[in-house]
Amino acid sequence: MSRSLLSLTFALLICASISFFGENFIASNFAYYYDILISIGVNIILATSLNLVNGYTGQFSLGHAGFMAIGAYASASWSNHLDPVIFGITGGSGNPIATNAAMFVSMFFAGILAAIAGFAVGVPSLRLKGDYLAIVTLGFGEIIRVAILNTDFLGASRGLSVAGTYTNLFWTFGSVVLCAYVVLSLVHSTYGRGFLTVRDDEVAAEAMGINTTKYKVVAFVVASFFAGVAGALYAHFKAFITPEGFNFFRSVDVVVIVILGGMGSTIGVAVAAVLLTILPEALRALAHTQFVPQAYQGLLENRLILYSLLLIVLMLTRPQGLFGDGTAFKKWFGRSRVN
Amino acid sequence: MDKLIEMLQQLVNGVSLGSIYALIALGYTMVYGVLRFINFAHGDIYMLGAYAGFLLAPIFAHTFKFGEFDTFTPQNTLFILSGAGLIMILSMAICAAIGVLIERIAYRPLRERPRLNVLITAIGVSLFLQNITQYRLGADPKAFPQLIPVHVVEGLGNLTILTSQLAIIIATIILLIILRFVVMKTKIGLAMRALSLNPTACSIMGVNNDVVISFTFALGSALAAAAGILVSMDSPSINPLMGNLPGIKAFVAAVLGGIGNIPGAALGGLIIGILETFVVAIGFPQWRDGIAFAVLIVILLFKPTGILGRVEREKV
Amino acid sequence: MDSLLQLNNCTIRFGGLTAVSNFSMEITKGELVGLIGPNGAGKTTVFNMVTGVYQPTEGEVLLAGERLNGLKPYAITGKGIARTFQNIRLFSSLTVFDNVRASFNLRLKHGPIHALTRGRAFLNEENDIEKRTLELLKIFNLDRLREVMCKSLPYGDQRRLEIVRALATQPKLLLLDEPAAGMTPTEKSNLMKLIEFVRETFDISVLLVEHDMRVVMGICKRIYVLDHGVKIAEGPPEEIRRNPKVIEAYLGEEPP
Repeated sequence: MSRSLLSLTFALLICASISFFGENFIASNFAYYYDILISIGVNIILATSLNLVNGYTGQFSLGHAGFMAIGAYASASWSNHLDPVIFGITGGSGNPIATNAAMFVSMFFAGILAAIAGFAVGVPSLRLKGDYLAIVTLGFGEIIRVAILNTDFLGASRGLSVAGTYTNLFWTFGSVVLCAYVVLSLVHSTYGRGFLTVRDDEVAAEAMGINTTKYKVVAFVVASFFAGVAGALYAHFKAFITPEGFNFFRSVDVVVIVILGGMGSTIGVAVAAVLLTILPEALRALAHTQFVPQAYQGLLENRLILYSLLLIVLMLTRPQGLFGDGTAFKKWFGRSRVN
Repeated sequence: MDKLIEMLQQLVNGVSLGSIYALIALGYTMVYGVLRFINFAHGDIYMLGAYAGFLLAPIFAHTFKFGEFDTFTPQNTLFILSGAGLIMILSMAICAAIGVLIERIAYRPLRERPRLNVLITAIGVSLFLQNITQYRLGADPKAFPQLIPVHVVEGLGNLTILTSQLAIIIATIILLIILRFVVMKTKIGLAMRALSLNPTACSIMGVNNDVVISFTFALGSALAAAAGILVSMDSPSINPLMGNLPGIKAFVAAVLGGIGNIPGAALGGLIIGILETFVVAIGFPQWRDGIAFAVLIVILLFKPTGILGRVEREKV
Repeated sequence: MDSLLQLNNCTIRFGGLTAVSNFSMEITKGELVGLIGPNGAGKTTVFNMVTGVYQPTEGEVLLAGERLNGLKPYAITGKGIARTFQNIRLFSSLTVFDNVRASFNLRLKHGPIHALTRGRAFLNEENDIEKRTLELLKIFNLDRLREVMCKSLPYGDQRRLEIVRALATQPKLLLLDEPAAGMTPTEKSNLMKLIEFVRETFDISVLLVEHDMRVVMGICKRIYVLDHGVKIAEGPPEEIRRNPKVIEAYLGEEPP
């Protein structure tokens, strides 16, 4: 096994250990923070995967939530209908081996389905330039949402209950590790430089023999896969999903994280995900302290007003986000090379 | 005969709906024409237009006796129309100013930057407008005051057309005529057209690009505001998020007609309106919103330049 | 002498405008050919036709006998034609090193899956690419600048880098689009030596589109002259210099 894969396995084992020994302790005593932790994990996966498309490849996708929705509903349906059959799990509980195997399969199925959708959407759409691509991806995201809304089998507007809250720290952060590994390994290779050329200058990239559409589709499919995985994690955490939870605003949420993190840096985007997951909670807590006059409490709680101002101000003053293209990180961690 | 009446009925409904989309679509297409930029926040100007009417109406309610008339009569028609017209014009003026302000503050500083940046800013502006309205005026739907009496137009037999629908269609026609005049026969309209073809040449020839762009935003915003007022006369429930769906459908309409092409936007709006009405009429109401997205995808995949659009070649 | 590039009666029309009309050209292996003409003559159009940016309305483009009509630009580069751009199009967010390295994507044997598994074969190929990139950079004296962002390079170095980047795709034919634009006389002399050096060292053909007559006459073995999309002359520099049609076309511009 190559050295890189070995490192990956090692990291996953660490996640497993933390989960195995600490899960119940954290979940019971720090329930509120446990929730935030899982949310952070989900957002990191969404943001780092979208960063591959929006950041490294320079395409503007506004439909990420749509693929998350596909993953969520796919894994939910799988668990609801097939877990009792395959794993002998009833009502979402069973022995640990069965539930974890069920979760793995469910997540994998979610990712694959989302990836297939990503391919189906990507191939025709990625020929389009900037603004058009944004609108088409937004359109696809909405179509997916509307389709789910009109599908009785998936609970339509009533929502869907998910049997089995299998999501735990291992699956969440294991997926984070895997997602980061995939994105970073892809980008930091000669092949990965191809993504960046597509971002910088498509005409020049084509002239250097790079099939720009193929690279865009690859990025899109990989990103969609992980959006699906994130959806599966989300579904098996909340135990109840509705189409509204995967609307345009959710896509915008992820886009804001990617922009804040600086579109060329995986680490930057991950940090931004942490910050922006904690921010609304922190603001909510702050609003209820005595520092904030009554009149402004509502404003603080209204995340979207602040988000929108953040977007505008960020674009006007620091469009490269907090961390730009990650050169700051590179200086700290030393030049990251293929070997 | 009944089938014919039925079809005619739906056609009228479709044209009425399509007129609203057309008015909004014009703003998208004009801004894209001069700036090559999709103003994501445009749909929310439509919403602000409706809210402007909502806030203005009470001020003039007494003078123009809003809501006090039950039907149009030959005696009161002029009076009613002038009242409604005043509200509409005021709303258009306010939104024109807002549009110019937004362009000045949020978009102009980014004109030299990559277009992705300003697209994102536009999303920010859109969210901001929606949420600040929600914050200050409440997220719950408000009842738009009755500016004109809404009833079935007399003398059309089995055809049920509401006065509000008639108002929409007639007002749209008037606005389109005015727009055509401005674009084709005035100096600034000429500047707009020239700007959409070659901005550099324009500034060399002494055109103040900034002024023309501001004017374009003002024009587009005014039309969107008009749409907001007109639609609220027909369907009097307004809410801060009401600009989202119509906004995106109007954008689809603009793309359908050929983005950057003014008659195209009007045409596209009508087509989308009629399509949407027919989809509901033939029994698929749950897909009424989806049809616009489906059209969008089909258009972008097969004829991205739209029905009347132009191809733009990148110079290598 | 094998024929490498052949343009047979190529015509390009854009709507009602005929940009290039019935143009034929042949370049043999290892030849250095020039394409000149007054402004707007259609030189860049011919260029773009060869590289697949435009498709000829009539006629065909052949590379070593193989038809290139209908192929996308990246596929044509795959067949062995590389180019530089009139207004330098480097990959602005990449370093000098990565600009060249990115061009090795074309011949990459171990793709995305291997980038994930990072096995022996993948690592070997990456090492190999790194070595070859450094070698290329060294030849052109850019290796010490390899970590520099290409945007920060002086103009002349940027042009050189563009050529190196094109060479990384292992072309049989290199197309240079006005490489001397904006250069000082000294830089132009160096460029001339560089182009000849490239042709010899890498054993490739070069098609040079250029305005500067001294450069073109100085290094090209044969020259094609375009005016208003039509070929008005073809031959060695001495003939072209004396050709009355060429002189007339350039009347009002710099004499050849």
